[in-house]
Amino acid sequence: MSAATVEELEKNQEQPADSSYVFRSSKGLNEDIIREISAQKKEPGWMLAKRIESYNIFKKKPIPAWGPDLSKLNFDEIIFYIRPEDYKAMKWEDVPEAIKKTYDALGIPEAEKKYLAGLVAQYESEAVYTNLKKVWESKGVIFTDMDSAVKEYPELVKEYFMTKCVPPADNKFSALHGAVWSGGSFVYVPKGIKVEIPLQTYFRMNTKSSGQFEHTLIIVEPGAEVHYIEGCTAPRYSVSSLHSAVVEIFVKDGARARYTTIQNWSTDVYNLNTKRAIVYENGIMEWVGGSMGSGVTMLYPASILRGRGARAEHLNIAFAGKGQVKDTGAKVILAAPDTSASVISKSISKDGGKSIYRGLVRIGREAAGAKAHVECQSLMLDDKSSVDTIPIIEQFTPRSSVGHEATVGKIDEEQLFYLMSRGISRDDAVALVVRGFIEPVAKELPMGYAVELNRLIQLEMKGA
Amino acid sequence: MPLLEIKDLHVEIEGKEIIKGLDLTMNPFEVHALMGPNGSGKSTLSYTIMGHPKYKVTGGDILYNGESILNIGVDERARRGIFLGFQYPMEVSGVSVENFLRTAAEAKEQKDVPILAFHKALTKRIEAMAIPQSFLDRYLNEGFSGGEKKRNEILQMAVLLPQLAVLDEIDSGLDIDALRLVSDGINKLIKEDHLTLLLITHYQRILDYINPRFVHIMVDGKIVKSGGYELAKQLDKMGYEWVKEE
Ligand SMILES: Nc1ncnc2c1ncn2[C@@H]1O[C@H](COP(=O)(O)OP(=O)(O)OP(=O)(O)O)[C@@H](O)[C@H]1O
Ligand SMILES: [Mg+2]
Repeated sequence: MSAATVEELEKNQEQPADSSYVFRSSKGLNEDIIREISAQKKEPGWMLAKRIESYNIFKKKPIPAWGPDLSKLNFDEIIFYIRPEDYKAMKWEDVPEAIKKTYDALGIPEAEKKYLAGLVAQYESEAVYTNLKKVWESKGVIFTDMDSAVKEYPELVKEYFMTKCVPPADNKFSALHGAVWSGGSFVYVPKGIKVEIPLQTYFRMNTKSSGQFEHTLIIVEPGAEVHYIEGCTAPRYSVSSLHSAVVEIFVKDGARARYTTIQNWSTDVYNLNTKRAIVYENGIMEWVGGSMGSGVTMLYPASILRGRGARAEHLNIAFAGKGQVKDTGAKVILAAPDTSASVISKSISKDGGKSIYRGLVRIGREAAGAKAHVECQSLMLDDKSSVDTIPIIEQFTPRSSVGHEATVGKIDEEQLFYLMSRGISRDDAVALVVRGFIEPVAKELPMGYAVELNRLIQLEMKGA
Repeated sequence: MPLLEIKDLHVEIEGKEIIKGLDLTMNPFEVHALMGPNGSGKSTLSYTIMGHPKYKVTGGDILYNGESILNIGVDERARRGIFLGFQYPMEVSGVSVENFLRTAAEAKEQKDVPILAFHKALTKRIEAMAIPQSFLDRYLNEGFSGGEKKRNEILQMAVLLPQLAVLDEIDSGLDIDALRLVSDGINKLIKEDHLTLLLITHYQRILDYINPRFVHIMVDGKIVKSGGYELAKQLDKMGYEWVKEE
C-alpha cells in the first residue's frame, strides 16, 4: 500500500480494523500492521499519518554502522505489536527458568511476576496511586499513559510529540519507533508547580505504561519541577527481541526535571533507545540511569542546553555480563552562554561482557562561559571482559572549559586483601567493592530501587 | 602453649628474599614490640602473618594456637582471631565505615547481624573512643587524614575483638592527644579482652603508654636483639647503628 495523504487518513479515523487486516503472523513490519496498531488504539488520523510518515523514513534510513554489531537484528522476525488477545496465548511455562529464579530471588509478588514476564498487559497495583493522582490533578498536573494523552490532550501531543525534540528522522530506530510506538507515559507540569513525590510508572502498571516501543513525553513548564521514574529492576521477559523507546523531555525556563530509569530486559533483547531533553534558560535536567540486562544496548541520553545558564547532569551505571554489549554514554550540546554539564558514567563488565562509553560533548560558538566535565569509570571483574571509552569533545568557543577523566581497572587486590583481613570472604569482598562502585548512582535512586539494584547486581555477580 | 610461634621463617617477594630466618614466640596476653630500621622487613612480617598472597613463604612455619596457618586463607585467619592494623590502610570508595564494620562482624559471627542493634553498640563504642558519629557514614578511609585512618584501624579491632593483633606503626601520624586515645583503646582491649599484641613501631613514645614485655629489634629480615622496655630506650638514644655493629 502506498503512503496515504493526511486527509485520507483523517477521513478514516476511528474506523475499526477491516477483518482482512487480521494477520496469521504478527512478525515483521508493513504498512498494514501500522494501520492495525492505530486502529486497535482507535487513534485519530493525524497520529496514523505520523506513523506512516515515520515508517517511510524508517525504510530509507540505514542501520547505524558506527556502534555495536546489529547485523543479527532481523526486522522480519520481530513482533511489533501484541494484540490484547495475544496475551491469552502466552503461558507462565514459556518464561525462561533463569528469569523465574531471579523473580524468586528478588521476592517479587505473583501478580507482578506475570506482568513483568509479559503475560498480562495490565496489573492492578496500589490504590495509593489513585489518591496521589487526585492531588496532582487538582494542581493541573497531567500524568497519564501516552495512548490516552493522544485522545485527551491532542493539542499538547501534536505540538510536542516527535516534533522538535526527537523527530522520526533523527535515526533509524526513532523512525521505527514513530511507526510502531505503543504505551508509555505523558507528563505535563504547569508553570510553577513543584511535584514533590516522584511520579513512578512502577506503581501504575494498571495503565499501559510500558512495552517494547513505549513513548515518554514530559513537559515541565517554567519554574516547575518533577521527578519521573520509569522501569524497574526485575528482569523483563519479552516476546519481541527489540525494545526501542523514545523519551522526550522539555525543561522550560527555570524548571527542573529528573528522569530516573532502571532497565533490565531479558538478555536476548536489543535495547536501542533515543532519550533527549531540551533545556531552556536556567533549567536543570538530571538523568539517572541503571542499565542491566539486554543483549545489545545502545543508550545515550542527550541534553540540549538551549537557554543561558541551563544545566545537565548525567549519571549512569551499566552492567555487562556474559554475551552482553553495553554501548552507553551521554550526549550534551551546550548551545547557550554559561551552560554547564556534568557526566558521570560507570560500567561493570564480567564474564566476557563488553562495556563501551560513547559520549559527545559539544560546546557551540555561542556558548561563552560554558563548562563541562566528563568522568568515566570502568570496573572489569575478569580478563575476559572488555572496556572501551570513546569520548568526543568538540569545543567551538575558546571561552569555555571541558574536563575529561577516565579510569579503567580491575578490582584492586590490595583492597580485597584489606577487606579479607577483617574476615570477609573473597566473594563478599568483591561484592562490597562493587557495591561501593555503584553507590554514587544507588544513592540517587529512591530507596526501593537502590535496594533492588544492589540485590540484582549481587545476583549477577554470582553468575546467576 | 604459645599463641604465635614463628620458626625459621623465610619470605620472598617477587623473587627477592626479605625475611631471612626469623624466630618469634608470643604467649597469650603478652605484648611484644618490634622495632627496626626502614626496609628491615617489619611490614613484610605482618603481611605474612595475615597471609598476603604476594608474600611467599619459602621456608619455616607459622603456628597459631599450635597449628600451622600457612595453608589457611586470609579471611579464615581473620575469623580465627588474627588482626592486622595496617601501616597504610586502604581506601574503599562508596562503602561506609558502618556498613563495612557490619559486614566484617557478620563474617566473624557467620550470621546476619541486626542493623539496629549493631548501630547502637557501635555508637557506644565510638563515643568511648571519642570518635564523632559522622565517621560511621564516611566512605572507608576515603579522604581520611593519616590519624583518622589509624583510629579507624583501632575501631575495627575493637569491633572484631581479635585474639592476636599485629599493629603496624599505629602511632605514626597521630598527634599527641590521638596517641593517648589510641593507646587507651588498645590498653582496654589488652586488659578487658585479653588481647595479645605485636606492636611495630619506630618510636619509644607509644611504649610509654603500652608497656611491652619484650622488645625485639629486626635488621635485614632477622630479629637480631631482644630485650625488655630498656632496649627501646637505648635505641631512642643511640639509633640502630650500635645494634648493626654488634
Ligand atoms: N610489594 C613489594 N614489592 C617489592 N618490594 C617490596 C614489597 N614489599 C616490601 N618490599 C621490600 O621489602 C623490604 C622490606 O619492606 P618492609 O615494608 O617490610 O619494611 P619495613 O621494615 O616495614 O619498613 P618501614 O619501617 O619503612 O615501614 C624493602 O626493601 C621493600 O622495598
Ligand atoms: Mg613497614
